Amino acid sequence: MTNQLKITAPEGLPYIDFEREFDFPVADVFRAHKDPELVAQWLGPRGMKMEMDHYDFRTGGSYRYIHTGPEGVPYEFRGIFHTVRENEFALQTFEFGGYPDSVSLESMTFEELDGGRCRLRGHAMYQSMEARDGMLHSGMEGGMSEGYERLDELLAGASV
Amino acid sequence: MVADDDAALDGAFLALADPVRRRIIARLSRGPATVNELAEPFEISKQAVSKHIQVLEQANLVTRSRDAQRRPVHLNPARLEALTAWIDQYRLVREGQFRSLDAVLESSAGHTAPKAKDRK
Repeated sequence: MTNQLKITAPEGLPYIDFEREFDFPVADVFRAHKDPELVAQWLGPRGMKMEMDHYDFRTGGSYRYIHTGPEGVPYEFRGIFHTVRENEFALQTFEFGGYPDSVSLESMTFEELDGGRCRLRGHAMYQSMEARDGMLHSGMEGGMSEGYERLDELLAGASV
Repeated sequence: MVADDDAALDGAFLALADPVRRRIIARLSRGPATVNELAEPFEISKQAVSKHIQVLEQANLVTRSRDAQRRPVHLNPARLEALTAWIDQYRLVREGQFRSLDAVLESSAGHTAPKAKDRK
């Protein structure tokens, strides 16, 4: 049913890699990364308020968005899109407001597969091991609340 | 690190992907509770809470003792501890995001041609 998410964090290197396939063509998946309205629907949670300050998914563009949890705690994320190649590749910076000045560099590769499917591969590089683990620890607290309410509906929908 | 029991972990991740279930876990971390007690803070029905508990039970995150009618729910801390590494939290977040992305793609908005917004 659901495509598996593979995550690798090599020992001793401040990297994280992920790989995930989608049952949709590259063009659709790319557009869901490019169109701010679509991005807000999946990057942002239902349980949290997703405020898309701006999201300009093109070479030299930038983004900033804020998730606000039910308790009113805001989580800010921002960065710059260094390179964006249509239906192919994106390289951006990423910074969580709760862990300022720790900026990671993240790339995504969009790859067409047979049967109208595609594969998304991500690679994130942090400034240090401490930055990777620390940012994730503090950032995930907010992230944990992200977008999961949709999951039950998804699962319910899949079994209908 | 997750290669051994991927399927079991997936079950646990799915179980924890729900905010109600995470709150139930949070409550149980302070001690065992009955379904009634667990249902109290929620606006959803007791049946719905029971279902959430079942999901947590299947994922081995909680257990229920056969203590007459009370049948209190207990946390299984060992299971939870196995999931608290930062990489698991990262995985939870990503998993949730990509499932939402699936849903966006599934909906017409994800793959219909030109959008009204482009003309605004």
